[in-house]
Amino acid sequence: MAKDVLLKMEGITKAFPGVKALDNVSLEVKAGTVHALMGENGAGKSTLMKCLFGIYAKDNGHIYLEGKEIDFKSSKEALDNGVAMVHQELNQALKRNVMDNIWLGRYPTIAGIAVNERKMREDTEAIFKELQIDVDVHRVMSTMPVSQRQMVEIAKAVSYNSKVIVFDEPTSSLTEEEVEHLFDIINMLRDKGVGIIYISHKMAEIKRISDEITIMRDGQWVATRPAAELEMNDIIRLMVGRELTNQFPPKTNKPGEVTLKVENLTGQYNQLKDVSFEAHKGEVLGIAGLDSSGRTETLESIFGIRTRKSGTITLDGKKCLNRNAGESIKNGFALLTEERRATGIFGVLSIKDNTVISSLKRHKRFGVYLSEKSQREDTQYYIDAMRTKTPSQDTKIRSLSGGNQQKVIIGRWLLTEPEVLLLDEPTRGIDVGAKYEIYQLILDLANKGKTVLMVSSEMPELLGVCDRIVVMSGGRVAGEVDARNTTQEEIMTLAAKYV
Amino acid sequence: MTNPLKKVKQIGADYKQLDEKDKKQFWVDGILNNALYILMALFVVYTASVKPNFLTLGSFANLITQVAAYLPMALGIAGCIVLTGTDLSAGRVAGLTAAVAGVLLQKTDFANKMFQNLPEVTIGWILVALLTVIAIGAFVGLVNGFFVAKFSLHPFIVTLSTQLITYGIILWFFGLNGNNGQPISGLDKAYKDFVGGELFRLGNVAIPMYVLYAAILVLVMWFIWNKTAFGKNMFAVGSNAEAAKVSGVNVFWTTVLVHTLAGAMYGYAGFVEGVRSGSVAASTGLNAECDAIAACVIGGVSFVGGTGSISGIILGVFVLRIIFVALTMLGVDSSSLYIIKGAIILCACALDMRKYLVKK
Repeated sequence: MAKDVLLKMEGITKAFPGVKALDNVSLEVKAGTVHALMGENGAGKSTLMKCLFGIYAKDNGHIYLEGKEIDFKSSKEALDNGVAMVHQELNQALKRNVMDNIWLGRYPTIAGIAVNERKMREDTEAIFKELQIDVDVHRVMSTMPVSQRQMVEIAKAVSYNSKVIVFDEPTSSLTEEEVEHLFDIINMLRDKGVGIIYISHKMAEIKRISDEITIMRDGQWVATRPAAELEMNDIIRLMVGRELTNQFPPKTNKPGEVTLKVENLTGQYNQLKDVSFEAHKGEVLGIAGLDSSGRTETLESIFGIRTRKSGTITLDGKKCLNRNAGESIKNGFALLTEERRATGIFGVLSIKDNTVISSLKRHKRFGVYLSEKSQREDTQYYIDAMRTKTPSQDTKIRSLSGGNQQKVIIGRWLLTEPEVLLLDEPTRGIDVGAKYEIYQLILDLANKGKTVLMVSSEMPELLGVCDRIVVMSGGRVAGEVDARNTTQEEIMTLAAKYV
Repeated sequence: MTNPLKKVKQIGADYKQLDEKDKKQFWVDGILNNALYILMALFVVYTASVKPNFLTLGSFANLITQVAAYLPMALGIAGCIVLTGTDLSAGRVAGLTAAVAGVLLQKTDFANKMFQNLPEVTIGWILVALLTVIAIGAFVGLVNGFFVAKFSLHPFIVTLSTQLITYGIILWFFGLNGNNGQPISGLDKAYKDFVGGELFRLGNVAIPMYVLYAAILVLVMWFIWNKTAFGKNMFAVGSNAEAAKVSGVNVFWTTVLVHTLAGAMYGYAGFVEGVRSGSVAASTGLNAECDAIAACVIGGVSFVGGTGSISGIILGVFVLRIIFVALTMLGVDSSSLYIIKGAIILCACALDMRKYLVKK
């Protein structure tokens, strides 16, 4: 049965400095269907949706809703026109109640002044009844579990009479029962003729719920097929199916004996559970997994900036408590964090200050005085060694490009003379040329006998740089593979093991 | 450092490359970024033309003396601002320490002496009193810093509370020994000389000793800010506390120490203030933090955090003092003074923030 095309995105292109995030991507969503959008982390799914909602301005391309061209400037405008999104990260006014969250910004009023509480309550209850949601409309959001808050978000989308609803990883924090309820709601919406875009990593779900599947890779459209025609393996192949070219330096490092042992790492406030692995001297150990599989938490727990419930870390036979960053640095650990802007750089400080902050001890004279000369020498050494492009040492770091900022921070950590480097997405937001330099640097460090743990969402990068790869899934270690004779498909399958 | 002449030439060359609109923006940026200094220059020229004795050695000496009096508190509070915080307790802490110093250093034969059995005022006893009031200030700062760092409270809330608490203690202190809230006067001559004695003469105006002390404090603070790990850590925490934590900086102790150091500065400021005003009342130090904060902001210690320099603070105090000296000379009444003061702070903050906003 041919269904009407409800939403049509055509030739969408979006470039960021140094990266083409979307390249001529098209997507057609038919009324009364669930259209799954799949791809690896960074394939461009979110960027495509952000272009739809006007969070990013697209560089090129057209979007049609029911045949009429649209160009939303904000998600509010999109909502008013019947295009809604249920975000993975719920963005709600937590201190307010359910009704407030649904009608915020468009309260029904009496005579244009007073809020019509009664109408608001009746309308909300009507929608909840229709969707079979059992939530007290007066309840304050922060007292509700995530699943119910998500239901409220869906109800909000329905209250706008949305024609298109985007679900971004809706089941990531739901229990199985809640997932069933969500699917009932999605089916109900589909039967009403709503077009649904469903973004998820979970193959089994996708197969169950969707009618059509569009797969993206590296910012490009790869395929759109009816769900019935695609097997799980086909999807994985289409998602990762790119050739490895020589975008990596030759691997010359020779891993030696075991030096770092992590045993039964379990998080106090996160989902990490019994994470154990070993790393060798001179080895680059990759940590793979989907977003929120516990990769970052693992590194941060080792470094002591996340609370551990239990678990031990042993370096060269010596137990390391690593209760805070200072202690970890003393024990020979260094952590390059994922969010460079939030937890890496000191934006308003100079390259010099950013470089020396973790190794001030090196410059101390007479117990208190910091030698300017030795600080400048260290800074200059790493500017030269890393080929950091900067006008001077006194330039504020925020005026450098992402790649150069990253080099400064790597320099900061190398000055602490670490034995173990924990690198969290070391090449995120960095252009291709600088990436190669960072790979080279990682291998050089391994060659010097350092142990490197590297988290990355880019699988080719892990395969190209690492010796072994630990794959994480749902806060646990799902398996370990040898980087030389594994495939992206194998890693992908492991990564989906506990989700 | 680069040759300034070369730099000017470079700017000139760059300027020629700009199109019409960018040229206009260049001037707008240039004027707005330096607006306070431009306004001050115009103001000085105007005042000098109306009141010729504004530009005399005597009035310059007067200016230096005032700067030296206001500087210590600004030097202390600046650290709190570098941490993106503030300190509302500064004025009251100075008020308390002025009172304590005053009581400890009253004339032996003064009729209304609050505590009779104190030792004679010698240089040793003066130093004991000085260390005592610095310790009191540092203690209040320690409390401020502890609550800010331990409970992640905004310094505004914490220091508002300690401001009130300190004022309560001041009122209680003034009621001791049947003093009944009377101002503390009859300060010993040795104390007065130690703080306000003549250092040297400039023109025919005496420069007091505390100008020397202020200069020493400037050197000490410059050293702490620029040449110690603590100073580097302070800027790192102010710039990005999360990143500082990851980098191994002890954010807790850095915050506590910055506030403690600030408190010590207020303690010293109170020690000087008592002599400057001749006697100490319960209202001594009231709102003094406003001047100090304003001076810091004018001098480029931004509320954005992680920026600021000792030279900027000195400049800020100078600018504020010049404006007041000039306004007083022009015969502006005190009600207008407050209005002008408020307007200056508002403009300074707006102009400062403009530098940090990301242009879209």
